[in-house]
Amino acid sequence: MIRFNRFYNQFNLMSFILIIISLTLLIFKGLNFGIDFKGGILIELRSSEDKIKVSSLRDNLSQMNLGDISVKKFGNDQDYLIKFENKDNKKKIVEEIKSNLDKSFGNNFDFRRVENVGPKVSAELLKAGIIAISASLAIMLIYIWIRFEWQFSLGAIIALFHDVIITLGLFSLLGLEINLSIIAAILTIVGYSMNDTVVIFDRVRENLRKYSDIKIFELTNISINETLSRTLITSITTLLALFSIFLFGGEILKGFSLAMIFGVILGTYSSIYIANTILVRLNVSQKTILKEEEKI
Amino acid sequence: MLYFSKLRIIFISLICLFFILIASNNFLDSTKRFIDKKINLGLDLQGGSYLLLEIDNSPVIEQKLQNTSTLIRTYFKEKGIRIGNLNLTNDKIIFFVEEKFKQEVIDDFKDENSNINPYYPRFKSHQFDINDNGSSLELSFSNQGLVELKTSSQDQALEIVRRRIDEIGTNEPNILKRGNDRVLVELPGLDDPMRIKSLLGKTANLTFQFVSNDNQDSFGVEKLQHENGLDEDFVSKRIILSGDNLLDAQPRMNNQTNETVVTFTLDRVGAKRFGKASSSNIGRQLAIILDGKIISAPVIRDTIASGNGQISGGFTFQSATDLALLLRSGALPAPLNIIEERTVGPDLGQDSIDAGIIALVIGFILVIIFMFIKYKIFGLISNITLITNLIILLGILTLFEATLTLPGIAGIILTVGMAVDANVLIFERIKEELKNEKNNIIAFDSGYTRSRTAILDANITTLLAATILFFMGSGPIKGFSVTLGIGIFSTLFSVYFIARLFTAIYVSKNKDKEILI
Repeated sequence: MIRFNRFYNQFNLMSFILIIISLTLLIFKGLNFGIDFKGGILIELRSSEDKIKVSSLRDNLSQMNLGDISVKKFGNDQDYLIKFENKDNKKKIVEEIKSNLDKSFGNNFDFRRVENVGPKVSAELLKAGIIAISASLAIMLIYIWIRFEWQFSLGAIIALFHDVIITLGLFSLLGLEINLSIIAAILTIVGYSMNDTVVIFDRVRENLRKYSDIKIFELTNISINETLSRTLITSITTLLALFSIFLFGGEILKGFSLAMIFGVILGTYSSIYIANTILVRLNVSQKTILKEEEKI
Repeated sequence: MLYFSKLRIIFISLICLFFILIASNNFLDSTKRFIDKKINLGLDLQGGSYLLLEIDNSPVIEQKLQNTSTLIRTYFKEKGIRIGNLNLTNDKIIFFVEEKFKQEVIDDFKDENSNINPYYPRFKSHQFDINDNGSSLELSFSNQGLVELKTSSQDQALEIVRRRIDEIGTNEPNILKRGNDRVLVELPGLDDPMRIKSLLGKTANLTFQFVSNDNQDSFGVEKLQHENGLDEDFVSKRIILSGDNLLDAQPRMNNQTNETVVTFTLDRVGAKRFGKASSSNIGRQLAIILDGKIISAPVIRDTIASGNGQISGGFTFQSATDLALLLRSGALPAPLNIIEERTVGPDLGQDSIDAGIIALVIGFILVIIFMFIKYKIFGLISNITLITNLIILLGILTLFEATLTLPGIAGIILTVGMAVDANVLIFERIKEELKNEKNNIIAFDSGYTRSRTAILDANITTLLAATILFFMGSGPIKGFSVTLGIGIFSTLFSVYFIARLFTAIYVSKNKDKEILI
């Protein structure tokens, strides 16, 4: 049996620090919102020759007065990604860029993907994203509240917030882009983290009924160990699938799978070291669940 | 939990067979299909354009208020009430009436059978609200009136957009209303999205107005720019003809000048009016105006009675074709703005499909190998479950003719990773049960029973997340929630029926073996 409970305090402290760092980053550095939430234009280009330098492409485009423009390679040597805000809301800007590039580089570029999100739509998408995440957290809260006693619910929800906040903090730290698919990833993380926690909690509750003389500090450790192989195997298979998406699923899914990978690792960690320690700190005992059952 | 009746086994086999047949639909040509259903590929996979258009209703509102104010003047004149100082500001009609008539006018606007202010009994609301602000009366759209106006201009816009797109002839366009002032257009497999965008961006309001003789800004005359952006001309505000009178328009080559022109045919009313106007204005310039810009202003040399005419204006063949198309399909009630666009080229779509399939196959193989190493024979059972799980998932997607997107493929891969969870929960539980229970059958049975709540919990939580995504998400993200959500059902089915069946068969044959799992 692994003595997970020996490090409860240390890991709690670490998580606490990580959350503080994440929140600080979120407040002061903020998130790198993509065009979905900020509005603007994204163009994915493929050139028929791979000699064109990003810098010459950037120089060429910055002469067009597009404002703050980002140009980078996308995946391989022939693909480029251009992003800018289109503050003046020019209507034919993509056509202008195309004719400008054709003129300067010869008809080399194929516009593989164009996304143009107006300011109104991006504001709506941001709102919808925030609502989606809040709604999912709220629904999980309700579900766990119906399913368990309040101490357990609190533990699960704190673990959930822990995972979401640190994932976002990591995105802020690394400056990774937040777009619609990241919102989808976060919601899936919420589901996954909850799932992991609930499986362990189920066992804690079962053991609470079984052993009246074991303290919660020991009991959580027993429960974690009993469910450990399941926790690990599921995390491993899920991570195998996610790494496969990350490595082979193409550039578009990179951010999504990366967020999920962070989330799954955090979710596994938090169901062991966050959710359970809340039970310990709230001094849950057999009485807690018996009291609830009497009420029913 | 381990007992299966013959009937049940047959039933499970039939369901599996059914889904295999349906899933196979996607890989067969249409003649060999079991039923005529197929998974649709999203725009991000097959290439195409997603355009969200917003109708700018302000000109419609202004026009409507303009008409109403004319109406008010004549209506009350007949009643002997003088309307003074009538003007339009901030989407309101403001006017004065003498104090003694004020109540009568207000009552007239608030009457349910009012001739001047239509009443919608369904919404218990008039088209306009009237307000007495002391010195003057203010008339503005009521909420319902505004909704009514927006819906009707949305209906018209939808119709015109559909006609224009049908004229271009793209395959299976999807044109839908969104809210009450937006139109969503999905165009799969589009060659030239820029052309469609420019066609949808034009209102195509065509008018014929005479060029004015007195070159100054006076009442009834407006200054308009030429299409080339350089010249300007004063034209009379009186509209001789509009695009509504057009029956047909076609691009043609003019043999004499070797120029591309757009020829048009007028309806009877239009032809009559055109004939009359041309006969009495020989020698004058008639401006042909599209969306407030003069295309050309030819001099009338003769009476044009045939109802046929042509528009020249330095067109290329492409621009003449586009103009003819716009004129044939009619003018939009109001300008449309593209507020969101997502276009994916067909080769990027194919790349995404390829990448998605590679990721799926590799993820699948990794999980299968891992499970086999970890659980041996039960890993094999779990892997068979995983395969049937995928087939059922594909089958359900086919049955609903769901749209598969790139995030949708990610959802399937994720399902592969998470689907084994249920089996793992069961196997691990069985292992624990075997520590205290020597009888294999009893241990397996209670392993299944005791792991059930945890499995349900795990799947319900994921399903909740998927459901929220489905309702909040748009386009590709919706595709993710669909595959993730359906994946849960296919997983539960395959784990509880297929894997359990195999487990039952294996355990009953090897019930006396020492170490089973």
